[in-house]
Amino acid sequence: MNVTLVRGGIGESARRVDGTPKVTGHYAYGSDLRTENMLWGVTVRSPHASARIRSIDTAAARQMEGVRCILTGADLEHAKTFGLEFCDQPVLAEEVVRYVGEAVAVVAAETLEEARLAAAAIVVDYEPLQAVTDMERALDPGSPRVHDFGNVLRHVHIASGDLDAADADVWVDGYYETAMQDQAALGPEGGLAVPAADGGVDLYAVTQWIHVDRQQIAPVLGLPEEKVRITLAGVGGAFGSREDITIQIHACLLALRTGRAVKMVYGREESFNGHVHRHPSRIWLRYGAKSDGTLVAAEARLLLDGGAYASSSPAVVGNASTFAAGPYVVPNTRIEGTVVYTNNPPCGAMRGFGAPQVCFAHEATMDKLAAALGIDPLELRSKNAVSTGSVLPTGQVLEGPAPVRELIERCRAIPMPEEAPAAGRDPIGYPGGAGNVSRGESLKRGVGFALGYKNVAYSEGFDDASEATVTLRPSPDGPVASIRTAAVDYGQGLYTILAQIVRTELGVEQVLVEPSTSAVGSAGSTSASRQTTMTGGAVLGACREIKAVLGGAELTAPIARTYTHHHRQTTTFDEDGQGDIHALFAFVAQRVVVEVDEGLGLVRVVQVATAQDAGRVLNPQGATGQVEGGTAQGLGLALTEELLVEDGAIRNASFTDYLIPTILDVAPVVTEFVEEPESQQDAPYGIKGVGELATVVATAAVVAALRAATGRTLNRAPVRPDDLVGIRPEATTSGPAPVPDVPGQKSIPEYLGLGLGQQMLMKARDE
Amino acid sequence: MLIRATVNGLPRAADVSPATSLLTMLRDALELTGSKNACEQGECGSCSVWLDGELVCSCLVPAVQADGADVRTVESLSRGDELHPVQDAFLEAGAVQCGFCTPGLVVAAADLLAKDPHPSDEAIREALAGNLCRCTGYQKIIDAVRIAEEALA
Repeated sequence: MNVTLVRGGIGESARRVDGTPKVTGHYAYGSDLRTENMLWGVTVRSPHASARIRSIDTAAARQMEGVRCILTGADLEHAKTFGLEFCDQPVLAEEVVRYVGEAVAVVAAETLEEARLAAAAIVVDYEPLQAVTDMERALDPGSPRVHDFGNVLRHVHIASGDLDAADADVWVDGYYETAMQDQAALGPEGGLAVPAADGGVDLYAVTQWIHVDRQQIAPVLGLPEEKVRITLAGVGGAFGSREDITIQIHACLLALRTGRAVKMVYGREESFNGHVHRHPSRIWLRYGAKSDGTLVAAEARLLLDGGAYASSSPAVVGNASTFAAGPYVVPNTRIEGTVVYTNNPPCGAMRGFGAPQVCFAHEATMDKLAAALGIDPLELRSKNAVSTGSVLPTGQVLEGPAPVRELIERCRAIPMPEEAPAAGRDPIGYPGGAGNVSRGESLKRGVGFALGYKNVAYSEGFDDASEATVTLRPSPDGPVASIRTAAVDYGQGLYTILAQIVRTELGVEQVLVEPSTSAVGSAGSTSASRQTTMTGGAVLGACREIKAVLGGAELTAPIARTYTHHHRQTTTFDEDGQGDIHALFAFVAQRVVVEVDEGLGLVRVVQVATAQDAGRVLNPQGATGQVEGGTAQGLGLALTEELLVEDGAIRNASFTDYLIPTILDVAPVVTEFVEEPESQQDAPYGIKGVGELATVVATAAVVAALRAATGRTLNRAPVRPDDLVGIRPEATTSGPAPVPDVPGQKSIPEYLGLGLGQQMLMKARDE
Repeated sequence: MLIRATVNGLPRAADVSPATSLLTMLRDALELTGSKNACEQGECGSCSVWLDGELVCSCLVPAVQADGADVRTVESLSRGDELHPVQDAFLEAGAVQCGFCTPGLVVAAADLLAKDPHPSDEAIREALAGNLCRCTGYQKIIDAVRIAEEALA
């Protein structure tokens, strides 16, 4: 067949394929779904961080108007737990609760009000137990155990070279803390479960990975997977928070028990309490260097608070540990990364997946080192930056492009913003905006710089393949193509990219992206910046097979091809943390200019300049949108975003009290891409995922600028006004947390043979 | 209680309980789900509608307050596939990602440009400061307002 160039192919800023219903208000998000004769489901949650459940009395609630079903853990007839990596989380807590917000009962009623009233009438008799809510205390052998086997969920040990023999002229060290951050997707958890005539269930849900949801749902329902049919509902953002199960199992249980469709939607407060968060971290890091600035050693101790259940914590600490020494050549390293269980809310995936925390630490320490050596911070970074062929602390050789020095230069070359006069501005031009009572009397400007890097796609031996089917059909108006995949687009523009690939490969302008369902093979998760690589790779493969079949012939009958894309194999950690842990890497440089009102501790971010390693840009507008949005989330963690958890309870579970950046808080973001193509066997057209890097680096870059403006240590993110005016002392430590005694690199539950979660089952099957 | 209002130009009636918000009435009783519920406290602007021509967060307005009023929602802006210039501008600028905040932002931006056809950058930021977006970082939303400004001029 002859491929003709069509509009909207790769390289163009093609319009979103799902854009029109999103601007008109007709796009159906999970919370918008409804059907005839449906019930509303509501969840009863624990108010205690740790307690024994003596009894649950549902008698009064059952008699209330409109109530059709109440379920507790005792009503579960099949599997009673779920989880991404380990099935350690009860569907409904029966004996104990381990965090504030844990589900203990669910109610279905004719109206939402009736369901809420009945939920409030359920009496749970708790015997409060001593909770452990501090991640360092969790390591103390005398602390309460969150799970019977202890509080260490995973410890990763990475050692390269000989740290103790490292011949450094200068050592600098630092201690850093980052807060628990919320993904704060605007669209809440929501969905609709509809019982089917075959005894199965059709679930319309908000998720990031349809098939892993199904693997966790089916065993609890006692159904074979094929009887749990999932169709993706509109997803109003995710950023990691939709990787874990929320309403899915509860809604299906209620629907099957009542024989009625059941809708569940979380309000904002419940959303904050009902999904996982970004891990708070404590990080001890030191670098050793020669006097000319050459890094010779890095030692890192990191501790992450995983909260009450495993979620994806084991993978997060693995990731964080591999990146802890920064994107630098460091011949001698020792990195000890631990994630612990506590009675805090569970933490799991959020954009960056462990990398933002360590980036905050390694970049602050690099600035310290530059100051100690009297070397320009950018020169120091450039001197030590990894490049293709460099060896990482894991022993992994960087095989793909690693244009870090070029990123530094490109970022440095972006013009600085003009310095606005301090006096006479529009009030919203001051730090803090119109609420600022000063008029520029004590403004200090600061410029910060940071480098970050992260893996693209899954790691540690996991084959996160993606399957897609492309069909080319003749029609009176010429050939039409359609794409079937289970991949989730939760806003980043995946469906548009897939359509662009088909347009380019098949020369067909009309491309339909069919709804994502469990009726086709797994596409893996929309996370880890992986979908353009993985599902894009699958669509590209299917298109190329269609082209091969068709040859030069005219299309007379439909041709469909299904293709599964794999990236290169990775390995697990050996006993020294060595291995080809990651498949692909991408890098980013960011420069941030801030103004600080030193009297009030208020901040105005003036400009964010980003140079990002993208392999090849398939949709320039979509790619810059990822950098701008990712930057805003990193800026949020730098300045305002912190879930305040006291005695295990989130104290600011609302958008009034948990402050995500507004349009007044973000600065112009200038974005440049460096395009050095990745291996095309791994990634279509040589692309690198663009979703997470800006979030990885922005927190570090913003706080670096605040340090430059104020001269303060600022070793905790977010930085509060109190920190900037010096009312609150810097975060202190009595020294690195002790390294726990563990049998090896794997998660502790794995050594104990405890109920393997579905991802682990999938991994075992693949092996 | 029975609420009668003109909604998107049509006379509508809804039987709601007294504590119901205008947002819930629109979404659940009238099945106009373009207005979104993301915060329930007037912080995010996802539920922005016009009530007698005034831009309001419909989650903060009791439904009873809309009795006899003229309500316009995001659904009033397009006619089939024919988009309002602000809607088209949001797509042109790439200002839509997940889209959950988009209906509220489209309404707020249309309101701004109706009142101030050539706003300064500061005026745009101030007018849209009550609309949270978690995906875009807002830069392309400002671009969209500029594109719509030209289209409407």
